Amino acid sequence: MQDKQHIILLFLSMFILIAFVGFFQSWNLALTIFNLCIISSVMSLGINIQWGNAGIVNFGVMGFAALGGLANIIVSMPPTAKAWDAGAIYIIIGIIIFILSIIFSILVWLKSELSKKKKYIINFFLIILGYFLMRYIIDSPIKAIEAIEPAKTGYLGGLDLPVIISWPIGGMLAALIAYVIGKISLGLRSDYLAIATLGISEIIIYILKNEDWLSRGVKNVNGLPRPVPYEIDLQSELWVLELTKFFNIPVSEISSIIVKLSYSCIFLLILIGILLLLEIAQKSPWGRMMRAIRDNEVSANAMGKDIKTRHLQVFVIGSAIIGIAGAMLTTLDGQFTPVTYQPLRFTFLIWIMVIIGGSGNNFGSIIGGFLIWFFWVQSEPLGLWFISQITAHISDTNIIKSHLLENAAHIRLMFMGMILLITLRFAPKGLIPEVKR
Amino acid sequence: MYLLHGKNITCGYDTVDILSKFTVGVKKGEIASIVGPNGAGKSTAMKSIFGLLKIRLGTIFLDNEDITKLPPQERVLKGMGYVPQTNNIFPTLSVQENLEMGAFIQHEDFSDILDYVYNLFPILKEKRNQQAGELSGGQRQQVAVGRALMTKPKVLMLDEPSAGVSPIVMESLFQKIIEIARQGTAVLMVEQNAKQALEISDIGFVLNQGKNLYTDTGKALLSNKEVRQAFLGG
Amino acid sequence: MEFLNSFILITNYIIIPGLTYGSQLALGALGITIVYTVLRFSNFAHGEFMSFGTMSTILLTWVFIDSKIKFGTFPTAIIVLPLSIIFTIIYCLLVDKFVFKFYRQQKSKSVIALIVSIGVMFFTGGLIRFIIGPGDKNFMDGERFILKAKDFKMLTGLDEGLTIKSTQGVTIILTILLVILLFWFLNKTKTGKSMRAYSDNQELALLSGINPERIVLITWIITGTLACVAGTLYGLDKSYKPFTYLHLVLPIFAAAIVGGVGNPIGAIIGGFVISFSELLITFAYKKFFFYILPDNFLPDGLLQILSTDYKIAVSFIILVLVLLIKPTGIYKGKIIE
Repeated sequence: MQDKQHIILLFLSMFILIAFVGFFQSWNLALTIFNLCIISSVMSLGINIQWGNAGIVNFGVMGFAALGGLANIIVSMPPTAKAWDAGAIYIIIGIIIFILSIIFSILVWLKSELSKKKKYIINFFLIILGYFLMRYIIDSPIKAIEAIEPAKTGYLGGLDLPVIISWPIGGMLAALIAYVIGKISLGLRSDYLAIATLGISEIIIYILKNEDWLSRGVKNVNGLPRPVPYEIDLQSELWVLELTKFFNIPVSEISSIIVKLSYSCIFLLILIGILLLLEIAQKSPWGRMMRAIRDNEVSANAMGKDIKTRHLQVFVIGSAIIGIAGAMLTTLDGQFTPVTYQPLRFTFLIWIMVIIGGSGNNFGSIIGGFLIWFFWVQSEPLGLWFISQITAHISDTNIIKSHLLENAAHIRLMFMGMILLITLRFAPKGLIPEVKR
Repeated sequence: MYLLHGKNITCGYDTVDILSKFTVGVKKGEIASIVGPNGAGKSTAMKSIFGLLKIRLGTIFLDNEDITKLPPQERVLKGMGYVPQTNNIFPTLSVQENLEMGAFIQHEDFSDILDYVYNLFPILKEKRNQQAGELSGGQRQQVAVGRALMTKPKVLMLDEPSAGVSPIVMESLFQKIIEIARQGTAVLMVEQNAKQALEISDIGFVLNQGKNLYTDTGKALLSNKEVRQAFLGG
Repeated sequence: MEFLNSFILITNYIIIPGLTYGSQLALGALGITIVYTVLRFSNFAHGEFMSFGTMSTILLTWVFIDSKIKFGTFPTAIIVLPLSIIFTIIYCLLVDKFVFKFYRQQKSKSVIALIVSIGVMFFTGGLIRFIIGPGDKNFMDGERFILKAKDFKMLTGLDEGLTIKSTQGVTIILTILLVILLFWFLNKTKTGKSMRAYSDNQELALLSGINPERIVLITWIITGTLACVAGTLYGLDKSYKPFTYLHLVLPIFAAAIVGGVGNPIGAIIGGFVISFSELLITFAYKKFFFYILPDNFLPDGLLQILSTDYKIAVSFIILVLVLLIKPTGIYKGKIIE
């Protein structure tokens, strides 16, 4: 019971913190933070099931989140009609040919009885052949597609479906890629796996940044449709105007609060849904076996439990959750901007959340997501305040003071590093430790 | 008078005593073996004598000096050499570098000892520039023994020197051990192959459940019916 | 003549930049390798250590330039290098004392130390941005070129020019010197051998009387030196921005792993494998074939295997491929569980 009180207390304090922002800064900001806190929590849940329950080190959060973002484009944007005339189908054929050449070379690798040296040579030429064949087929249609009104479209576009469908699709896309990655790399030792997933996530971002026909690259995709009403439409609604009068705040603000609140409601539902599913999974025999494998791989192996399959399952599930969160994030932003995907913000920050919250505990991951995101956003003004306090007695024209004030925002990186190091050292189990079941 | 003498050693892990009042000793130029069934505490005995494991009761003397409280490194300086059972070489270092590391804490010139080791194990001289990890099992064991000899120890302690090597290699390894002892170094070893060990030992200690069961010359133990039946397989 | 032109083209656009970038990667990868083999964890903070070293160099360069201390046409940054190396070493040692030492004594799993190194990465990154700001810094002074394209063309009468920047020359020479020094230390000195012995077999090293704290100290001295030099050379060559050093960690890991983690020679080879693959795969061969093929055989397009935008991605692709096909790398490295 002590534990439950502890958890409730932590969440209460968290809400009070956010409420403080509402009272002293603005409710708009408070809700922005709250929404992103939820998304962060979902991502941490994804990492937690992998790391906390199975000991898998996945440093590819950024990539899976971006795949979720890509799902937004594919699902919700209107198709670029001319793109299909320009030969979009050839791009798909080209890519399929390349994938086939890879699959074929894998088959050669696994099935044929040739010597290793011969296999290397055959596979090398197979893949090279597949690659150049693909390039031959896709190069000119890509050029054609990217030339179609490059300032507005210049890409394939999407399927023009409701954007909310992109969330499960984003999860599935992430799961599909995670399956491929997991299949080939889960056998690696933990730090190799960490580096491999980090590398793969960078490759994903590079592709999204440079393949303009798919994601418009650095030109971004703006104006993604929303699952909630637009502020401008709300402002003419009668009930909104009444609320404006009631609270006595400008209509522009109230409409934006309503929009954000609607996002909060949908996001909360998803967070709770995922949390419930994970809790059930962890309490099931499947979850127990997962932890048995984590705590003692050798004996679990000896008991005949198939570690590799289990790890693959958990890797796919966790990555799918991150994909869903990534899709939600892009929907909330209303735009897809590949350059914003940075490992510091997307991968390592999420890891800090999981560790601070308590590896292996879902509630911990959620509180970690809330707390760390809150401080990630708020430590910028806090750092500024802190620096201006300690330099208060220095005259404003002092170079050192102005330099310090200028760079105060970067204190947050130091702050995050400190939190992580202190937690690992003095409370390695985190805020809400794993429950021994 | 024993050169190395462990008296009434009692020790173990956590609260469980593995050795109780175990006494062991070896004289200059002699070979002593500790034999006994699996789990009798043979390796524990070696570790505790070398100081890798703290002992609860008892004393250890080297050359009449009480060394009970010294850490392993200082025991090496006092004249003890120790060859662990496993992981007893530096695999990516060359043979010669392995031997040099054996002499790490010696600040004097050690070229004469190096010659002595190379004379003892000519194959090592031949392969001195090869990585130790690439050698055969028996050669690796020679590197391990050679490394321990580099401090010119008064007592050489060997933990299962014949583990993992073929009978022929074991035979020649034991010959080398005899040679080492003849040169004046006391040898204390733990062996799984009790029969062969006792054959070359001047004194044998039969250890069972952490206690001294028999202590006698190697020959006497080999001809002792009870010992043979219980520990030497008839 | 045409053949010579094509050769100069390749030298100018691939060989010299490849040697330069490869040297920088090799020095970085050596640092990661040494920490990995001796202290037994993957140090994600290494990029920030490099950044810290570069920052020290820049600050010292500014101080020297302000005090009007000049050394002819020689870059000031190289003159202050010994000092900034000392600063970097001190920083590494402080980090070890307050952070890594604890986990070493606890005998924590290497993955925990890896996560700890991420905390160090965040902290150091923030510290650097706080001190020097996130902006671009150019701190190259002195003579910019060893050989200018124009002079080369005049000298040889070839159509293709060859440029060698001072930073490129300095990088290659300094790398060679440092690598020779490092290998001399590891293979010829008693301390260097004891360090290798410690990384081979910790228990036996302790039994042989090797003092682990001394080994750790030397490890950080070497790591700090390598990080500072690698970072400074990279910054001199490409201009310094704290942000880019975070992204440098991955190509460096790629170099270390491709060569075979835990093997210093592998780290160097890995560095060059990565740098040359990046250049060879993203080089537009059109001009090259223009020189060696008859005109009517020249195909359309740039003749590029992968667009230049993917330059850095090439290292990640190689990294992933090596991890999947041959995780021990080109030179069989050490696998530490």
